Amino acid sequence: MSKRIGMEIALAAAEVAALCRPDVIAAYPITPNTHIPEHLAEIVAEGHLDCEYLPVESEHSALSACAGASAVGARVFTATSSQGLLYMGEIVPIIPAMRLPIVMALGNRALSGPINIWNDHSDVMAVRDMGWICLFAANGQETIDMIVQAFKIGEDHRVMLPVLVNLDGFQLTHVVESMIMPDQEEVDKFLPPRKPYATVHPDNVVSMGTLGLPEIYTEAKKAEDEALINSKKVILEVWKEWEKTFGRKYEPIESYKTKDADVIMLTVGSMYETAAIAVDQLHKEGFKAGLLNMKLFRPFPADELKAAVKGARVLIVTDRAVMCGGAQAPVCAEVKSVLYDEPVRPAIVNEIIGLGGRDVRVDDFIKMFKKAATADKVKPERAYEIYGVRSS
Amino acid sequence: MIEVRWHGRGGQGAVTSVELFALAAIEEGKYAQGFPSFGPERRGAPVAAFNRIDDHHIKVRSGVYTPDIVVVLDESLIGLVNVADGLKPEGILLVNTAKSAKEVAEITKFKGKIATVDATSIAWKELGVPITNTTMLGALLKVLGKVKLDSAKGPVEHRFGRIAGKNLTAMKRAYDEVKIN
Amino acid sequence: MAEKKWPETWQEINPGLMVFKPASARSYLTGGWRAQKPILDNTKCIKCGVCYLFCPEGCITEDAEGYFMADLNYCKGCGICYHECWPRAIKMVED
Repeated sequence: MSKRIGMEIALAAAEVAALCRPDVIAAYPITPNTHIPEHLAEIVAEGHLDCEYLPVESEHSALSACAGASAVGARVFTATSSQGLLYMGEIVPIIPAMRLPIVMALGNRALSGPINIWNDHSDVMAVRDMGWICLFAANGQETIDMIVQAFKIGEDHRVMLPVLVNLDGFQLTHVVESMIMPDQEEVDKFLPPRKPYATVHPDNVVSMGTLGLPEIYTEAKKAEDEALINSKKVILEVWKEWEKTFGRKYEPIESYKTKDADVIMLTVGSMYETAAIAVDQLHKEGFKAGLLNMKLFRPFPADELKAAVKGARVLIVTDRAVMCGGAQAPVCAEVKSVLYDEPVRPAIVNEIIGLGGRDVRVDDFIKMFKKAATADKVKPERAYEIYGVRSS
Repeated sequence: MIEVRWHGRGGQGAVTSVELFALAAIEEGKYAQGFPSFGPERRGAPVAAFNRIDDHHIKVRSGVYTPDIVVVLDESLIGLVNVADGLKPEGILLVNTAKSAKEVAEITKFKGKIATVDATSIAWKELGVPITNTTMLGALLKVLGKVKLDSAKGPVEHRFGRIAGKNLTAMKRAYDEVKIN
Repeated sequence: MAEKKWPETWQEINPGLMVFKPASARSYLTGGWRAQKPILDNTKCIKCGVCYLFCPEGCITEDAEGYFMADLNYCKGCGICYHECWPRAIKMVED
């Protein structure tokens, strides 16, 4: 039976990953995800999990080992953060192209430089277009749930793609909190052993990671893109089954008090619930604020987004990364692109918040809401703003 | 919701304290958060750690700025960092010290309620080391009065294994000996 | 109908561009790339097998008597066997 536990979220992520019975874990610890591989190594060393734990010498090797393990049919888990993800970079796009399911817990951390170990989303945004399914957890509970869901989604033969489970570094990884942990029996029932579509084995000859000449590369990319787009169907199926089994609901975009909302804010990740407090306070003042949280970022939930913002006068899109020299910050760029063809759409304000661990408080969200309220009449000076940046 | 800020030095167990306190509250069916001041770990450097305790799921994830209780694990910190910063006027400042509450008030300039316990002496006597995290947890549980001393037993046993008994004794002594002014 | 060299449309592509046909590369006759071909002179050959070891195509095989020959369907005429053969039993000639 599921049990309410108190635990650091990173440790809970490791515990639940172990309940998924991975065959191979290859990871290289890096702040702030360190406790995830560390605790998994402990679980394997103590004999609680029959698994090959590979203490590799770098992230590049970690993901390479994961790719090989997935190709022979293993259930594979890894974890990293920030520069670690970039060091994996060469392998990151190859895995979805080869249609290899792997689950990675990404403890989101700012990219250097300057060197910074704290939380933002610049790491995941650097790999967002490389073909992985991207989920964002808002709290410890969602971290636990999404790791189990990720295996089921990624390993489905209609999907066969790697899944990134994003959890904000420190803001989530280092917090001890109350969560419901499923037990082994429940996880086993929800997540049967992986049945690989094909495995590299001398008895069943298959070539993986083949060359794509100009005559075939375009079609291969199209097929990969379609696979990621079509994975949404399976994601929704798995989420429905999760809700039926465990009673916790998951949607690509979760909404909070958006009915009749005048100004809606979109968050991604752990700032959602803090912003929800701001929405509650604004409602007391008669300010009709609403809130959206994007749990599914890849494939991008375009239809859900269009439906969710319907009727709003202003939409504030929060971003946790700078798209240096770009037209917009990454999440907002996509939101605008999706809404461009809508006959009626809200005015859009882009606030870049919480860079490199900068705290964003309830008051900050209230300020953003109030400032954005006139955005449909007074066009903001620039397409995006870095909220709270000190200027002279 | 109750917010707590702990002050200690790297290595003194402030992070363990917030973990144990959160686990004790969760053991009672409450909701809790425990987290360090995010960043690198440096032995000896002044560090802070935080708790939130509530009867419902806790939404807020930003820092703790206006704590209801501040716990100081190391007396030498009260002149060094502004331990009363943001502490609610009706809040409580709980300090590990042999000094009187009046002396603490003079140093910290905090005008509200001050609680003191000589946790270092208790820790030396009961544990043989001047690590005061479990001891101060006992004092906090008494001062706060919202989480039972018994609820900390399980988490302390789980955390400390064979030396849990000594820690529980130290915790109980601080629970009994803390002076609230 | 002749077998397709590669899938025509994206829908025909195997997931991950996997290839299930064993040794499918064998149908790719690289012998056509050749400008020169190796001639092995068995009167000079000492059956050391250096040519066999060094051939990057793996197209040199040993016959029943222990002499070697190149499969011209795949030999690209690179001349490495000629370069390595120290009794000088291999000659490269225009194809």
